[in-house]
Amino acid sequence: MSLLVDIHRDLGGFVLDAAFEAENGITCLLGSSGCGKSFTLKCIAGIEKPDRGHIELDGVVLFDSEKHINLPPQKRQVGYLFQNYALFPNMTVRQNILCGLNREKDRTAKERRLQEMLRLMRLEGLENHKPSQLSGGQQQRVALARILVNDPRMLMLDEPFSALDTHLRDSLKIELRDMLLSYGREVLMVTHSRDEAYNMSSRIAVMDSGRLLCMKPTKELFANPGNTSAAILTGCKNIIAAKKLGPHEVEVPDWGICLQTQEEVRDGLTAIGIRAHYFNPSTARNRFPVTYLEEMEEPFEVILQFRYTGQAPGSSPVWWRINKEKRPQQFPAELGIAPANILLLYDRAPETTS
Amino acid sequence: MTIDWYPLWNSLRIAAISCVLVFFLGIFFAYYAAKLPRLVKGVLDVILTLPMVLPPTVCGYFLLLVFGMKRPLGIFLLQYGIKFVMTWYGGILAASVVAFPLMYRTARGAFESFDQTLAYSGQTLGLSNTYIFWRIRMPACRQGILAGTVLAFARALGEYGATSMLIGYTPGRTATISTTVYQLWRTNDEAGAFFWVMVNLAISTVVLLTVNMLESRQKKAVKA
Repeated sequence: MSLLVDIHRDLGGFVLDAAFEAENGITCLLGSSGCGKSFTLKCIAGIEKPDRGHIELDGVVLFDSEKHINLPPQKRQVGYLFQNYALFPNMTVRQNILCGLNREKDRTAKERRLQEMLRLMRLEGLENHKPSQLSGGQQQRVALARILVNDPRMLMLDEPFSALDTHLRDSLKIELRDMLLSYGREVLMVTHSRDEAYNMSSRIAVMDSGRLLCMKPTKELFANPGNTSAAILTGCKNIIAAKKLGPHEVEVPDWGICLQTQEEVRDGLTAIGIRAHYFNPSTARNRFPVTYLEEMEEPFEVILQFRYTGQAPGSSPVWWRINKEKRPQQFPAELGIAPANILLLYDRAPETTS
Repeated sequence: MTIDWYPLWNSLRIAAISCVLVFFLGIFFAYYAAKLPRLVKGVLDVILTLPMVLPPTVCGYFLLLVFGMKRPLGIFLLQYGIKFVMTWYGGILAASVVAFPLMYRTARGAFESFDQTLAYSGQTLGLSNTYIFWRIRMPACRQGILAGTVLAFARALGEYGATSMLIGYTPGRTATISTTVYQLWRTNDEAGAFFWVMVNLAISTVVLLTVNMLESRQKKAVKA
């Protein structure tokens, strides 16, 4: 099972350039809205046509601009779960799922597979309901049932949780992940939420304004995003321009400080990132005096905004996030950062040079 | 008093046949116009909508220009025994041209508000485009399409200007309700004119009542 994508499309003012390879398991396309994630999925499904490129699934060419191959969506056998689930409103749950069984001509087999799927997706008793009578979670299960029963060669999910209430989201995430893993084929999921990407996927491809920046195993991407866009998308709050000073030392001019790093600094460093959780009053390394500005309370955490004493005027304050229980009575006058917690960011895609 | 029912029968068949014609033509153009490049679409849209804003007599004038007995197309068609001037089925042509924009525009509006992802998801599931069109797109747009059909029918039934230009008024041959009303009024037969006015009123009321009933039934079905 493998998916090969290399597509290019000029949309006038917006250029999409995405090349990646994905294998079994859940791959996530992570990017802010309007970065071309959904468009990429649509190209793979055959709904949109790239200007040029090549798309191949399990050795079958779906699209090739040079060989003039462009299979219609009907022949691609690619499952696509739309953001709004796209259930046919005039049909019942049963009729909707039967639409996914249109290739099965044998009537008894059709009925058997329908019943199996209804059971698997816990939709028994809802057969004759219209989509408008179902809850968001039920609608999602009907849409998935309709796709899975169609036996696609791969599955694509476009922001699968965005239409759901927050409290439903978490329980459905686990449910959906287990279902997708047992499905055992290539799954490509699009999201702008780092939590969803982290929860669901084994691999993440980061997209930014039409370009695919990097693709890494999920844990590795969060541990070392490598570039500014990836750092922002993985939720890093403090990103600041920096210069290389030595093999393990960087200068941050806006904060007026120099920091020791554990990882070796390469040439071409443009910025560093420090996650808001990683400041620590008891760390001796990279310790500098600070002044506090604002405090914002969240249900279980506190965000403290501070400035370094030597920080340049006009530069944004630094974010420190701690558990409420750990919030000190007296704010420490100095904060440290472990050298291992400094993310080195190179904006001329370092993947290609290393 | 014996009543000649010919105008009623003639009007109904002209309206019914034009309505069927306009139904398919309107949907066809509404569906394919949406897929054309913008410039072509703009030009086509103007041409297709013109009969709605032009005086019907002007439409009739154009029809005579094309299908008149001394015009090339009129002469050509006559070889096959087809003559749109002064025949009852010429009324179908006149009524269709005038009623077409109503169907075309309402159908286009309905298609434009259709959620395209429904069609896409049907395609990725392997459903044929024909199936998607008739079983998913049309049902989703049925409100607008039904409204367009009724409007087109009502317009075709009441067509006067283009019809009188093209087929005139011959009792028992080309007379329709609306041309009859005018003729009877012109010849001082007020009672006759009034009678046909009432007939027309009755038909229109029944049509509108039927539509309202269908709509409320549909709403109930959705709620249940």
